[in-house]
Amino acid sequence: MPDTTTAIPPQAEEREFTVAERSQAQLVFRRFLQHRAAVVSLCVFVALILLAYVGGWLWKYDAGQYTPDNSVPPSWEHPFGTDSAGRDQFAQVLRGTRISLQVSVSVAILATLVGTLWGSVAGYFGGWVDTVMMRISDLVLTLPLIAVAAMLAHNFGGTWYLIALVIAALYWAYVSRVARGVVLSLREKEFVEAARALGASDTRIILRHLVPNALGSILVNLTILVALAILLETSLSYLGFGVTPPDTSLGLLVSEAQTALTTRPWLFYFPGLFIIIIALTINFIGDGLRDAFDPQQTKVRQ
Amino acid sequence: MSEQIDLAPQRRKGTKGDVVLEVSGLDVSFPSGDGPVRAVRGVDYTLRRGEVLGIVGESGSGKSVTSMAVMRLLPTTARVSGEVRFDGRDLLGLSETEMTRIRGSRISMIFQDPMTSLNPVYTIGAQIAEAVRAHHDVSKQAALDRAVELLDKVRIPNARDRAGSFPHELSGGMRQRVVIAIAMANDPDVIIADEPTTALDVTVQAQIMDALSAAKEETGAAMVLITHDLGVIAGQADRVMVMYAGKLVEVGSAEDVFYTPRMPYTLGLLGSLPRMDRPSERLTPIPGSPPSVVNMPPGCPFGPRCPKHTAVCDETEPELRATTGPDHLAACHHAETLAGASADDVFDTEVADAQALHQLAEEGRP
Amino acid sequence: MLAFAVRRILYSIPVLIVASFIIFALGSASADPLAPLREKNPPAPQNVIDAETVRLHLDQPLLARYFSWLGGIFTGDFGPSVVSTANIGSDLADRFLVTIRLIALAMLIALVLAVVIGVLTAVKQYSKFDYTATFLGFLFLAMPAFWFAILLKQAGIEFNNAVGTQAIYTIGQVSVPPPQGTGAYILDVIGHMVLPTISLALISYAAWSRFTRASMLEVMNSDYVRLARAKGLTRRRVMVKHGLRTALIPLTTVTALDIASIIGGAVVTENVFQWKGMGDYLVTSIRMNDVYATASWLLIAATVVIAFNLLADLLYGVLDPRIRYA
Repeated sequence: MPDTTTAIPPQAEEREFTVAERSQAQLVFRRFLQHRAAVVSLCVFVALILLAYVGGWLWKYDAGQYTPDNSVPPSWEHPFGTDSAGRDQFAQVLRGTRISLQVSVSVAILATLVGTLWGSVAGYFGGWVDTVMMRISDLVLTLPLIAVAAMLAHNFGGTWYLIALVIAALYWAYVSRVARGVVLSLREKEFVEAARALGASDTRIILRHLVPNALGSILVNLTILVALAILLETSLSYLGFGVTPPDTSLGLLVSEAQTALTTRPWLFYFPGLFIIIIALTINFIGDGLRDAFDPQQTKVRQ
Repeated sequence: MSEQIDLAPQRRKGTKGDVVLEVSGLDVSFPSGDGPVRAVRGVDYTLRRGEVLGIVGESGSGKSVTSMAVMRLLPTTARVSGEVRFDGRDLLGLSETEMTRIRGSRISMIFQDPMTSLNPVYTIGAQIAEAVRAHHDVSKQAALDRAVELLDKVRIPNARDRAGSFPHELSGGMRQRVVIAIAMANDPDVIIADEPTTALDVTVQAQIMDALSAAKEETGAAMVLITHDLGVIAGQADRVMVMYAGKLVEVGSAEDVFYTPRMPYTLGLLGSLPRMDRPSERLTPIPGSPPSVVNMPPGCPFGPRCPKHTAVCDETEPELRATTGPDHLAACHHAETLAGASADDVFDTEVADAQALHQLAEEGRP
Repeated sequence: MLAFAVRRILYSIPVLIVASFIIFALGSASADPLAPLREKNPPAPQNVIDAETVRLHLDQPLLARYFSWLGGIFTGDFGPSVVSTANIGSDLADRFLVTIRLIALAMLIALVLAVVIGVLTAVKQYSKFDYTATFLGFLFLAMPAFWFAILLKQAGIEFNNAVGTQAIYTIGQVSVPPPQGTGAYILDVIGHMVLPTISLALISYAAWSRFTRASMLEVMNSDYVRLARAKGLTRRRVMVKHGLRTALIPLTTVTALDIASIIGGAVVTENVFQWKGMGDYLVTSIRMNDVYATASWLLIAATVVIAFNLLADLLYGVLDPRIRYA
């Protein structure tokens, strides 16, 4: 196939993406549907979100509410049992899920926004701008994230949005590397050269050409970030530097339950299971998106 | 340089003209989400010793898959049936070990893209020597000497120094010579060259064709030359096969196919070839694009693009049949009506130009 | 090559210096070492607070504190701890030796396991084995490190109960008091390492085996592997000499990039198994607002990470002839 991308007539430039985008989106969607694990994961994940928000609102017990049943194992009355103070663990886990999801999704969005912008600016301009910006990213990456997050969160943290802010302040550097790589490879593509030859401004090229085409990698990365952030948040909460009571999160629930592992194991397993389900489904969704955006299927040569 | 490599210990090369490779009823399909992709549909051909057989067709016509099936190098998902007789044995029935012994020593292959055909982490000398040592129990040094000798034969200057180079230090043309040297290494009976010049600059293409001729002279091997470019085949091939949508649509001697084509597709291919002998003539494109090989409708696969198209073309797929002579076969219901026609008689250049421009406007978006 | 190595090492020095400043500034800004004294009940007398202010150099500006800390490090003095009797330098040195053996062994196990499983799953793509290993890999990736570690610890305790003797240690890095005799001591240390090493290794294993599989698949589908097969090399030889050799090159970089998160994983693992290593030191220092201790810890971690990246760069150059030292 001859490459026809260089032959865009100038008047087509205004609508060049509208046509390609729609068909591309349909293609991506179709390929995503072929990834069975990803589709199942997406359903489970959506169901989990509904359960956490709608289910938690409908459930007969509130998260902090003390019931007369102390330390009862799972039953119809208390599907996940209760803790020693009589709090319904199902309500607790749903609240923990809400907080953990809020933290991880905020982290993913914040870090993606900052990281993408940082990385694409560095990759697009190159030269010393690139050098300086990427050195800063590298610096952030040389520190064990959980250690810095613990240090910052110990005095700044406590509530979920502050924890999210601290984690996002460190994760953006990962995103910036990915974004820069994508932009570097796209920068040399013909359609960018064509746009430049037609006199498009830097801002326009970045926003109209680079970002939409890098969307696939960015989206895949965003899902992975959600999983990473939820794991980091739970680890931080476990160490005692994350969300603190009276707020709760899945990590905090596991942490509180670890001494009760032999006597009240349900307190330990259910929040852990929820963490795994969230991270697992998100990783599968990310995998499905990656396949959909970048089909590396075994090609048959003609 | 003391150790000499005896290339063919007890192998006698048959006489020129003997059949060395015979493919019959070859079928290849790949499973896909939309049903099996029938990439090759019942291909038959014979290759004689010393002969050059050209296989021509567009991307997706199944020409490469045919030769990969002969080498048994298709992915494991491929379903292959039919028969590939080489030197009296059916290659499709051999064990992997037996097949390994034939690959690279009796039948060797040259691939399309020299930029990716060589392993970036080994020197070219080592990669040629590896091919020698895969089939001959000789010392590393002897194999390396042979590698230098081969590099010399494909006209790489300073072969001894060059043997120590890594692929990334060589140009595309140089790398393709190295691949040709690897193909020659064990003096094969058959060399399959799959689009050997497609990825290269026009200026380099002629040099690579020369190197291929040299390889053929040197080894006396029969050659299968696969290409989408009739220009590459002209002057090289003794016989030509034209493939379309996984089937042979025209088979004959080079003269037959070039001068008296009996299939509109071949005629179209010829019309889209610039010719030095008739400078004023304009090129004739073939409108449309090849059909999808999944769930193909009945009838002639070229029908929708064919100017000779009639009702019968939609109903039955034409079989290969003799036309101008017993060895000149074509698969077309209207083969006889093509006698004496030229491409611009049959194809409407104005319509084709308009269609091409329209298509360009449709596809001309990133 | 040598010139490249030297240049690369020299280049690491300013990176480390800038990193050290950021670490120190962040640490100083985020924690007040005197807060525990002030919040004491009854409050500490003002003269005690004043004395601590001077001892911790808090009467000096940030830059002065930073330079005296950095200068001190070259003489082995990592600054004053909030625990007046503690010596940050020698404490960290002890802890470092404890943690490094956990990290080194876990990385080694993870790497070997990842390469073996990664290659096998790539070769047997879409087989039952591939699906199982892939699912387990995804599961490990999704499991919080501490949750799995707690489970392992519990399994160890139950195993000991079943056997009726302390076969596997679940607490600490060595028995207290340590057993006499070199042989007994080494055995004791190994007994304590089993569970933490497994729990730390599995996290990295999951990511690395996925990477090896993908990298191997990419190489196995490459043109040069096809040519190697067309040469008449056996499948096994093609796999090892052309596939594995080329596929493993990028793994060096991935391993090096992951070192920071492994150190983070070790913090959590040590916490679960109650090791007195670097992880425990960090957690305690942060809780006590011990700014010099925290900053020194981070500086050591950053040095290890930078050293690993340096090593990976050099190794990459050795393994891949396309890298030029220009």
